[in-house]
Amino acid sequence: MRHQNSSRLERARPAMRGLAAFTGILALVVVAVTVSAVSIAGPRSGTVETTEADALATLRGSAINMEQTSPRMGKEVNTDLRPVRNYPEQPPTIPHKTRGYKINLKVNKCLSCHSRRAVEQSQAPMVSVTHFMDRDGQVLASVTPRRYFCSQCHVPQLDAKPLVANDFVDADTVIQVIRAKGN
Amino acid sequence: MSIIARSMALLGLLSRPSRHYSLAFLTFGGFIAGIIFWGAFNTALEVTNTEAFCISCHEMRNNVYEELRETVHYSNRSGVRATCPDCHVPHEWTDKIARKMAATKEVWGKVFGTISTREKFQDKRLELAMHEWARFKANDSLECRNCHEYVYMDITAQSPRAADHHERLLKNGEKTCIDCHKGIAHELPDMSNVKGWK
Repeated sequence: MRHQNSSRLERARPAMRGLAAFTGILALVVVAVTVSAVSIAGPRSGTVETTEADALATLRGSAINMEQTSPRMGKEVNTDLRPVRNYPEQPPTIPHKTRGYKINLKVNKCLSCHSRRAVEQSQAPMVSVTHFMDRDGQVLASVTPRRYFCSQCHVPQLDAKPLVANDFVDADTVIQVIRAKGN
Repeated sequence: MSIIARSMALLGLLSRPSRHYSLAFLTFGGFIAGIIFWGAFNTALEVTNTEAFCISCHEMRNNVYEELRETVHYSNRSGVRATCPDCHVPHEWTDKIARKMAATKEVWGKVFGTISTREKFQDKRLELAMHEWARFKANDSLECRNCHEYVYMDITAQSPRAADHHERLLKNGEKTCIDCHKGIAHELPDMSNVKGWK
Protein backbone atom coordinates (compact mmCIF):
# COMPACT_ATOMS: atom_id res chain seq x y z
CA MET A 1 0.00 0.00 0.00
CA ARG A 2 2.94 2.30 -0.56
CA HIS A 3 1.96 5.57 -2.08
CA GLN A 4 2.12 5.40 -5.84
CA ASN A 5 4.63 7.73 -7.39
CA SER A 6 3.60 7.12 -10.99
CA SER A 7 3.26 10.77 -11.84
CA ARG A 8 6.46 11.94 -10.25
CA LEU A 9 8.57 11.71 -13.41
CA GLU A 10 6.24 14.07 -15.23
CA ARG A 11 6.42 16.49 -12.37
CA ALA A 12 10.19 16.43 -11.92
CA ARG A 13 12.29 19.46 -12.64
CA PRO A 14 13.99 19.72 -16.09
CA ALA A 15 17.37 18.67 -14.65
CA MET A 16 15.85 15.46 -13.42
CA ARG A 17 13.85 14.87 -16.58
CA GLY A 18 16.99 14.11 -18.59
CA LEU A 19 18.13 11.64 -15.97
CA ALA A 20 14.72 10.01 -15.95
CA ALA A 21 14.60 9.72 -19.74
CA PHE A 22 18.03 8.12 -19.79
CA THR A 23 17.04 5.60 -17.11
CA GLY A 24 13.83 4.82 -18.98
CA ILE A 25 15.66 4.12 -22.25
CA LEU A 26 18.19 1.97 -20.43
CA ALA A 27 15.39 -0.06 -18.81
CA LEU A 28 13.68 -0.56 -22.18
CA VAL A 29 16.92 -1.79 -23.73
CA VAL A 30 17.49 -4.25 -20.88
CA VAL A 31 13.94 -5.58 -21.14
CA ALA A 32 14.13 -5.89 -24.96
CA VAL A 33 17.43 -7.80 -24.78
CA THR A 34 16.13 -10.15 -22.11
CA VAL A 35 12.86 -10.83 -23.94
CA SER A 36 14.66 -11.57 -27.23
CA ALA A 37 17.11 -13.85 -25.43
CA VAL A 38 14.22 -15.80 -23.93
CA SER A 39 12.39 -16.09 -27.28
CA ILE A 40 15.57 -17.29 -29.02
CA ALA A 41 16.01 -19.96 -26.35
CA GLY A 42 12.41 -21.01 -26.99
CA PRO A 43 9.71 -22.05 -24.53
CA ARG A 44 10.47 -25.04 -22.32
CA SER A 45 7.57 -27.23 -21.39
CA GLY A 46 6.95 -28.06 -17.74
CA THR A 47 9.42 -25.72 -16.09
CA VAL A 48 9.08 -22.08 -15.28
CA GLU A 49 12.28 -20.10 -15.40
CA THR A 50 12.41 -16.90 -13.45
CA THR A 51 14.24 -14.37 -15.56
CA GLU A 52 14.79 -10.75 -14.81
CA ALA A 53 11.91 -9.90 -17.12
CA ASP A 54 9.60 -12.26 -15.25
CA ALA A 55 10.61 -10.71 -11.96
CA LEU A 56 9.73 -7.32 -13.39
CA ALA A 57 6.47 -8.48 -14.93
CA THR A 58 4.97 -10.19 -11.89
CA LEU A 59 5.26 -10.30 -8.15
CA ARG A 60 3.66 -13.74 -8.04
CA GLY A 61 6.92 -15.68 -8.10
CA SER A 62 5.50 -19.10 -8.87
CA ALA A 63 3.73 -20.95 -11.67
CA ILE A 64 0.14 -19.99 -12.33
CA ASN A 65 -1.13 -23.46 -11.40
CA MET A 66 0.57 -23.42 -8.00
CA GLU A 67 -1.14 -22.36 -4.80
CA GLN A 68 0.94 -19.83 -2.92
CA THR A 69 0.98 -19.26 0.82
CA SER A 70 -0.30 -15.80 1.54
CA PRO A 71 2.11 -13.29 3.01
CA ARG A 72 1.41 -12.25 6.61
CA MET A 73 -0.86 -9.27 6.91
CA GLY A 74 1.10 -6.15 7.74
CA LYS A 75 0.40 -3.88 10.66
CA GLU A 76 -1.17 -0.55 9.84
CA VAL A 77 0.95 2.39 10.95
CA ASN A 78 -0.91 4.16 13.79
CA THR A 79 1.60 6.67 15.13
CA ASP A 80 -0.34 9.86 14.31
CA LEU A 81 2.99 11.37 13.23
CA ARG A 82 2.98 13.13 9.87
CA PRO A 83 5.52 11.53 7.55
CA VAL A 84 7.61 13.55 5.08
CA ARG A 85 6.16 14.13 1.61
CA ASN A 86 8.35 13.02 -1.28
CA TYR A 87 7.30 16.00 -3.39
CA PRO A 88 5.10 19.01 -2.63
CA GLU A 89 2.03 17.79 -4.51
CA GLN A 90 2.04 14.34 -2.90
CA PRO A 91 -1.24 13.58 -1.12
CA PRO A 92 -0.20 13.07 2.51
CA THR A 93 -0.41 9.46 3.66
CA ILE A 94 -2.69 8.59 6.58
CA PRO A 95 -0.72 8.03 9.81
CA HIS A 96 -3.54 6.15 11.57
CA LYS A 97 -5.74 3.09 11.19
CA THR A 98 -8.86 3.41 9.06
CA ARG A 99 -10.54 0.06 9.67
CA GLY A 100 -14.28 0.30 9.19
CA TYR A 101 -14.21 3.88 7.91
CA LYS A 102 -17.03 4.34 5.41
CA ILE A 103 -17.04 6.83 2.56
CA ASN A 104 -20.26 6.72 0.56
CA LEU A 105 -23.14 8.96 -0.45
CA LYS A 106 -24.59 8.93 3.05
CA VAL A 107 -21.54 9.31 5.20
CA ASN A 108 -17.86 10.29 5.09
CA LYS A 109 -16.09 9.13 8.22
CA CYS A 110 -12.89 11.04 7.40
CA LEU A 111 -14.74 14.36 7.31
CA SER A 112 -16.14 13.77 10.79
CA CYS A 113 -12.66 14.81 12.01
CA HIS A 114 -11.00 16.58 9.04
CA SER A 115 -13.83 18.86 7.87
CA ARG A 116 -13.58 22.59 8.45
CA ARG A 117 -16.06 22.55 11.31
CA ALA A 118 -14.76 19.38 12.97
CA VAL A 119 -11.11 20.33 13.45
CA GLU A 120 -11.70 22.49 16.52
CA GLN A 121 -12.80 19.42 18.43
CA SER A 122 -10.65 16.82 16.71
CA GLN A 123 -7.48 18.94 16.30
CA ALA A 124 -6.88 17.01 13.07
CA PRO A 125 -5.46 18.78 10.00
CA MET A 126 -8.24 20.41 7.95
CA VAL A 127 -8.91 19.23 4.42
CA SER A 128 -6.78 21.40 2.13
CA VAL A 129 -8.47 24.37 0.49
CA THR A 130 -7.79 22.87 -2.94
CA HIS A 131 -10.43 20.28 -2.04
CA PHE A 132 -13.07 23.02 -1.84
CA MET A 133 -12.32 24.27 -5.37
CA ASP A 134 -14.30 23.27 -8.40
CA ARG A 135 -12.52 22.76 -11.72
CA ASP A 136 -12.55 26.51 -12.36
CA GLY A 137 -10.76 27.26 -9.12
CA GLN A 138 -13.89 28.62 -7.45
CA VAL A 139 -13.84 27.89 -3.71
CA LEU A 140 -17.11 26.27 -2.59
CA ALA A 141 -18.69 25.98 0.86
CA SER A 142 -17.87 22.30 1.27
CA VAL A 143 -15.61 19.64 -0.21
CA THR A 144 -16.29 19.27 -3.93
CA PRO A 145 -17.64 15.96 -5.24
CA ARG A 146 -14.43 15.40 -7.23
CA ARG A 147 -12.38 15.43 -4.01
CA TYR A 148 -14.95 13.69 -1.79
CA PHE A 149 -13.55 10.15 -1.91
CA CYS A 150 -10.51 10.61 0.34
CA SER A 151 -9.05 7.13 -0.08
CA GLN A 152 -8.62 7.62 -3.82
CA CYS A 153 -5.43 9.53 -3.03
CA HIS A 154 -4.83 9.26 0.73
CA VAL A 155 -3.88 5.83 1.99
CA PRO A 156 -2.78 4.35 5.30
CA GLN A 157 0.65 2.77 5.43
CA LEU A 158 1.74 -0.73 6.36
CA ASP A 159 4.71 -1.56 8.49
CA ALA A 160 6.07 -3.81 5.70
CA LYS A 161 9.10 -4.18 3.50
CA PRO A 162 8.63 -2.78 -0.02
CA LEU A 163 7.88 -5.51 -2.58
CA VAL A 164 10.23 -3.91 -5.11
CA ALA A 165 13.27 -1.81 -4.43
CA ASN A 166 12.73 1.91 -4.87
CA ASP A 167 15.62 4.28 -5.39
CA PHE A 168 13.50 7.40 -5.57
CA VAL A 169 15.19 10.54 -4.32
CA ASP A 170 13.45 13.86 -3.89
CA ALA A 171 14.17 16.95 -5.95
CA ASP A 172 16.30 18.54 -3.23
CA THR A 173 18.67 15.57 -3.28
CA VAL A 174 18.89 15.70 -7.08
CA ILE A 175 19.74 19.41 -6.93
CA GLN A 176 22.39 18.73 -4.28
CA VAL A 177 23.99 16.02 -6.42
CA ILE A 178 24.01 18.24 -9.49
CA ARG A 179 25.50 21.14 -7.54
CA ALA A 180 28.16 18.87 -6.05
CA LYS A 181 29.11 17.68 -9.53
CA GLY A 182 29.20 21.25 -10.86
CA ASN A 183 31.66 22.34 -8.19
CA MET B 1 -76.15 0.28 33.94
CA SER B 2 -75.73 -3.47 34.16
CA ILE B 3 -71.92 -3.10 33.84
CA ILE B 4 -71.80 -0.74 36.78
CA ALA B 5 -74.09 -3.06 38.78
CA ARG B 6 -71.87 -6.05 37.96
CA SER B 7 -68.67 -4.27 38.91
CA MET B 8 -70.27 -3.16 42.19
CA ALA B 9 -71.19 -6.81 42.88
CA LEU B 10 -67.60 -7.92 42.11
CA LEU B 11 -66.23 -5.21 44.40
CA GLY B 12 -68.56 -6.48 47.16
CA LEU B 13 -67.34 -10.06 46.63
CA LEU B 14 -63.67 -8.99 46.78
CA SER B 15 -64.16 -6.94 49.92
CA ARG B 16 -65.81 -9.81 51.88
CA PRO B 17 -63.74 -12.33 53.90
CA SER B 18 -63.24 -15.74 52.33
CA ARG B 19 -66.02 -18.22 53.16
CA HIS B 20 -64.38 -21.56 52.09
CA TYR B 21 -60.56 -21.12 52.14
CA SER B 22 -58.45 -20.74 55.24
CA LEU B 23 -56.23 -17.73 55.85
CA ALA B 24 -53.12 -19.97 55.76
CA PHE B 25 -54.10 -21.43 52.39
CA LEU B 26 -54.69 -18.03 50.89
CA THR B 27 -51.49 -16.59 52.36
CA PHE B 28 -49.11 -19.40 51.40
CA GLY B 29 -50.97 -20.22 48.20
CA GLY B 30 -50.71 -16.60 47.19
CA PHE B 31 -47.03 -16.56 48.11
CA ILE B 32 -46.22 -19.64 46.04
CA ALA B 33 -48.35 -18.47 43.13
CA GLY B 34 -46.45 -15.17 43.35
CA ILE B 35 -43.09 -16.96 43.13
CA ILE B 36 -44.24 -18.98 40.12
CA PHE B 37 -45.63 -15.90 38.40
CA TRP B 38 -42.52 -13.83 39.11
CA GLY B 39 -40.19 -16.62 38.00
CA ALA B 40 -42.11 -17.16 34.79
CA PHE B 41 -42.20 -13.44 34.12
CA ASN B 42 -38.46 -13.03 34.57
CA THR B 43 -37.68 -16.16 32.57
CA ALA B 44 -39.82 -14.92 29.71
CA LEU B 45 -38.17 -11.52 30.00
CA GLU B 46 -34.71 -13.07 29.82
CA VAL B 47 -35.69 -15.13 26.79
CA THR B 48 -36.62 -11.93 24.97
CA ASN B 49 -33.24 -10.57 26.04
CA THR B 50 -31.14 -12.97 23.98
CA GLU B 51 -29.62 -12.51 20.57
CA ALA B 52 -31.29 -15.72 19.38
CA PHE B 53 -34.65 -14.07 20.09
CA CYS B 54 -33.67 -10.82 18.34
CA ILE B 55 -32.54 -12.52 15.14
CA SER B 56 -35.50 -14.89 15.06
CA CYS B 57 -37.11 -12.10 12.98
CA HIS B 58 -35.77 -11.43 9.49
CA GLU B 59 -35.97 -7.67 10.15
CA MET B 60 -32.99 -8.08 12.46
CA ARG B 61 -31.26 -11.21 11.13
CA ASN B 62 -30.93 -10.33 7.45
CA ASN B 63 -30.39 -6.68 8.16
CA VAL B 64 -28.63 -5.07 11.09
CA TYR B 65 -27.22 -8.37 12.38
CA GLU B 66 -25.43 -8.90 9.07
CA GLU B 67 -23.91 -5.43 9.42
CA LEU B 68 -22.74 -6.17 12.97
CA ARG B 69 -20.91 -9.29 11.83
CA GLU B 70 -18.35 -7.22 9.92
CA THR B 71 -17.47 -5.04 12.88
CA VAL B 72 -15.05 -5.31 15.79
CA HIS B 73 -17.96 -5.85 18.17
CA TYR B 74 -18.60 -9.22 16.52
CA SER B 75 -15.19 -10.47 15.43
CA ASN B 76 -11.91 -9.38 16.96
CA ARG B 77 -8.48 -10.36 18.27
CA SER B 78 -9.52 -11.58 21.71
CA GLY B 79 -12.83 -13.23 20.80
CA VAL B 80 -15.00 -11.25 23.21
CA ARG B 81 -18.13 -10.04 21.51
CA ALA B 82 -21.22 -7.99 22.19
CA THR B 83 -24.68 -9.40 21.50
CA CYS B 84 -27.72 -7.28 20.59
CA PRO B 85 -29.07 -6.80 24.17
CA ASP B 86 -25.60 -5.91 25.53
CA CYS B 87 -25.91 -2.55 23.76
CA HIS B 88 -29.62 -2.14 23.14
CA VAL B 89 -31.11 -3.16 26.51
CA PRO B 90 -30.06 -1.56 29.83
CA HIS B 91 -28.75 -4.03 32.39
CA GLU B 92 -30.39 -2.45 35.46
CA TRP B 93 -33.87 -3.82 36.17
CA THR B 94 -35.86 -0.57 36.23
CA ASP B 95 -34.25 0.76 33.06
CA LYS B 96 -34.65 -2.64 31.44
CA ILE B 97 -38.41 -2.73 32.15
CA ALA B 98 -38.76 0.82 30.84
CA ARG B 99 -36.97 -0.18 27.63
CA LYS B 100 -39.08 -3.32 27.32
CA MET B 101 -42.25 -1.28 27.63
CA ALA B 102 -41.01 1.11 24.94
CA ALA B 103 -40.23 -1.95 22.82
CA THR B 104 -43.93 -2.84 22.59
CA LYS B 105 -43.90 -0.32 19.71
CA GLU B 106 -41.60 -2.76 17.92
CA VAL B 107 -44.27 -5.47 18.16
CA TRP B 108 -46.62 -3.04 16.39
CA GLY B 109 -43.95 -2.47 13.76
CA LYS B 110 -43.51 -6.21 13.29
CA VAL B 111 -47.26 -6.83 12.90
CA PHE B 112 -47.69 -4.06 10.35
CA GLY B 113 -44.40 -4.67 8.54
CA THR B 114 -43.00 -1.18 9.11
CA ILE B 115 -39.45 -2.30 8.28
CA SER B 116 -40.25 -5.62 6.62
CA THR B 117 -37.82 -4.96 3.74
CA ARG B 118 -34.28 -3.57 3.60
CA GLU B 119 -35.56 -0.62 1.56
CA LYS B 120 -38.24 0.27 4.10
CA PHE B 121 -35.63 -0.01 6.84
CA GLN B 122 -33.18 2.27 5.03
CA ASP B 123 -35.94 4.87 4.64
CA LYS B 124 -36.58 4.80 8.39
CA ARG B 125 -32.96 4.34 9.39
CA LEU B 126 -32.20 7.95 10.35
CA GLU B 127 -35.27 8.16 12.60
CA LEU B 128 -34.53 4.84 14.30
CA ALA B 129 -30.83 5.67 14.72
CA MET B 130 -31.73 9.01 16.27
CA HIS B 131 -33.86 7.22 18.87
CA GLU B 132 -30.85 5.11 19.88
CA TRP B 133 -28.44 8.07 19.88
CA ALA B 134 -30.87 10.03 22.07
CA ARG B 135 -31.12 7.10 24.48
CA PHE B 136 -27.33 6.75 24.71
CA LYS B 137 -26.90 10.50 25.13
CA ALA B 138 -29.53 10.60 27.90
CA ASN B 139 -27.99 7.76 29.94
CA ASP B 140 -24.37 8.89 29.33
CA SER B 141 -23.65 5.88 27.09
CA LEU B 142 -24.41 3.47 29.90
CA GLU B 143 -24.38 0.37 27.69
CA CYS B 144 -20.95 1.30 26.30
CA ARG B 145 -19.65 1.84 29.81
CA ASN B 146 -20.72 -1.61 30.97
CA CYS B 147 -17.52 -2.70 29.18
CA HIS B 148 -15.63 0.52 28.33
CA GLU B 149 -15.37 2.78 31.37
CA TYR B 150 -12.99 5.73 31.38
CA VAL B 151 -11.48 4.95 34.80
CA TYR B 152 -10.35 1.52 33.58
CA MET B 153 -8.84 2.76 30.32
CA ASP B 154 -5.06 2.52 30.08
CA ILE B 155 -4.55 5.79 28.23
CA THR B 156 -0.87 4.95 27.58
CA ALA B 157 -1.90 1.88 25.58
CA GLN B 158 -4.10 3.99 23.31
CA SER B 159 -2.93 5.72 20.15
CA PRO B 160 -1.87 9.34 20.79
CA ARG B 161 -4.98 10.59 19.00
CA ALA B 162 -7.37 8.45 21.04
CA ALA B 163 -5.59 9.25 24.31
CA ASP B 164 -5.82 12.99 23.59
CA HIS B 165 -9.52 12.86 22.75
CA HIS B 166 -10.44 10.74 25.76
CA GLU B 167 -8.49 12.93 28.17
CA ARG B 168 -9.69 16.17 26.67
CA LEU B 169 -13.35 15.38 26.03
CA LEU B 170 -14.45 12.21 27.83
CA LYS B 171 -12.73 12.64 31.19
CA ASN B 172 -14.49 15.90 32.08
CA GLY B 173 -17.84 14.67 30.80
CA GLU B 174 -17.96 17.22 27.98
CA LYS B 175 -18.72 14.40 25.55
CA THR B 176 -20.09 10.92 25.96
CA CYS B 177 -19.12 7.82 23.95
CA ILE B 178 -21.92 8.05 21.38
CA ASP B 179 -21.02 11.65 20.46
CA CYS B 180 -17.99 10.40 18.52
CA HIS B 181 -18.51 6.65 18.18
CA LYS B 182 -21.56 6.51 15.94
CA GLY B 183 -21.89 3.73 13.40
CA ILE B 184 -19.36 1.42 15.04
CA ALA B 185 -21.64 -1.62 15.08
CA HIS B 186 -24.01 -0.91 12.19
CA GLU B 187 -24.02 1.12 8.99
CA LEU B 188 -24.96 4.76 9.30
CA PRO B 189 -27.97 6.58 7.86
CA ASP B 190 -27.60 9.71 5.73
CA MET B 191 -25.49 11.86 8.07
CA SER B 192 -25.68 15.11 6.11
CA ASN B 193 -27.89 16.76 8.74
CA VAL B 194 -26.33 15.17 11.82
CA LYS B 195 -24.25 17.45 14.04
CA GLY B 196 -20.52 16.85 13.76
CA TRP B 197 -20.72 14.93 10.48
CA LYS B 198 -20.65 17.70 7.87
